[in-house]
Amino acid sequence: MVRVTHWITVISFFALLITGAEIVVSHPRFYWGETGNVNMHPLFTIPIPSSRDTVPTGYGYVMPDQNGWSRYLHFQAAWVLVLTGVVYVLAILWNGHLRKNLLPAKGERSWRAVWGVIGRYLRRAPADEAEARSYNVVQRIAYLSVIFVLFPLVIWTGLALSPAFDSAVPAAVNVLGGRQSARTLHFFVSGLLVLFLVVHIAMIALAGFWSRVRAMITGRIAVPRERVVISREGAVVSEEHV
Amino acid sequence: MSNISRRKLITGGLAATAGVSGLAVAAGLVKRYGLVPPDCRGVYGPGETLTYAAQRLLTRHSLAREFPRSMISKTPFANEVAPPNDAFKRHQANGFLDWKLTVDGMVVHPTSFSLADLKSMPMRSQITEVVCEEGWSYVAEWIGTPLFEVLNTVSVLPQARYIVYFSIERPWWESIDIADALHPQTFLTMGMNDGDLPVSFGGPLRLRVPRQLGYKSVKYITHLTVTDNLKSFGKGLGSASPEAGYAWYAGI
Repeated sequence: MVRVTHWITVISFFALLITGAEIVVSHPRFYWGETGNVNMHPLFTIPIPSSRDTVPTGYGYVMPDQNGWSRYLHFQAAWVLVLTGVVYVLAILWNGHLRKNLLPAKGERSWRAVWGVIGRYLRRAPADEAEARSYNVVQRIAYLSVIFVLFPLVIWTGLALSPAFDSAVPAAVNVLGGRQSARTLHFFVSGLLVLFLVVHIAMIALAGFWSRVRAMITGRIAVPRERVVISREGAVVSEEHV
Repeated sequence: MSNISRRKLITGGLAATAGVSGLAVAAGLVKRYGLVPPDCRGVYGPGETLTYAAQRLLTRHSLAREFPRSMISKTPFANEVAPPNDAFKRHQANGFLDWKLTVDGMVVHPTSFSLADLKSMPMRSQITEVVCEEGWSYVAEWIGTPLFEVLNTVSVLPQARYIVYFSIERPWWESIDIADALHPQTFLTMGMNDGDLPVSFGGPLRLRVPRQLGYKSVKYITHLTVTDNLKSFGKGLGSASPEAGYAWYAGI
């Protein structure tokens, strides 16, 4: 279940990322507060041409408008992501993956343990036996932050952009400081998710890209001279020497 | 062995019963509240239907956020419109005295209203935000006649489900469901920030639907039709927006 939901999330996240970028192109200016438009001072501007000739970008070039399908796909992918997330969270609560592999183990809840892992990364020390089977404390903190902080935030700030949702739950946008603040925060949280993605892929590349991808698809990881079989819940169920 | 299969039988049976009754409840809700948007077909249909259905159940009676007078935007943005056609220019030269809103379709008394007729009905004002799908927004005071007042005057037939509305600028038409049409903040807007509604903001007559994105608030309204089916309008997708690739329901 962890692996199936991972790959569904990959697909919907890329759909959200590309369509989100397309939507930003139609107004590459960000504001703080409730309102913001081309007659107002932006907080910052992304230096790209816009897909609307009403936005003064200084480039004298209007990009093709892709907003229609981008918006349809953005919201459809958001539904897939949210429903998958609900299934994932219920599954890891149920099957113990959260307790066994994500919450830092008792002995590792200290800065010393965190620095120890970072030191090993910096020395490029090979993963020890425990790390081959589960996540180290830095990985656990990163994954927990993405699952329980960044994704909930990006969903919340996205929902706050819906005028109909705001009519039912006005606090969703008001506590963020207004509609344009919510839009700016949605952009920044998406940026943090992209940052995670970059580091995530870089670490996989260091560990051997295709062997990791294969492991995430099949649930089997090849450790030298022995084969470790990972159950659907992500725990080691058997080791056999080959 | 027999224990396991019995347990499987019981859980399977329970799951099947739950599934079937869940589907039945969902079908009942869909029928009762009309939860399927007209652009429900195609690859993006499932997401669109989920959004519309969820928001119809969640936001049936909720009110768009209203703001204090101090938050009215000093520099609202009018957005661009195509150069006005000759019919509009003639009305403009005449001070919009002959502007008519024709209301027909599934109503007992089809009627044409002048702007003076509309202004003689109970007028309301709201300070709400216009939100464009592109991302920008502004807050303004909107003054007009709630659409439900007009619909009550012409007596809508009970089977009516949608209101289709047309701009004098021909390719521009939209529709909303009856829940949005009867919503107290859906205005036939004639004034903005204490003055007449400027032409650039949709004057003399704009339908404001503040719980949806700006493109549902069509400018220069001349015609409104009440119907129980959107199939016979345009390509049958509900409005001009889906024909141009944009969602019919814009509450997001």
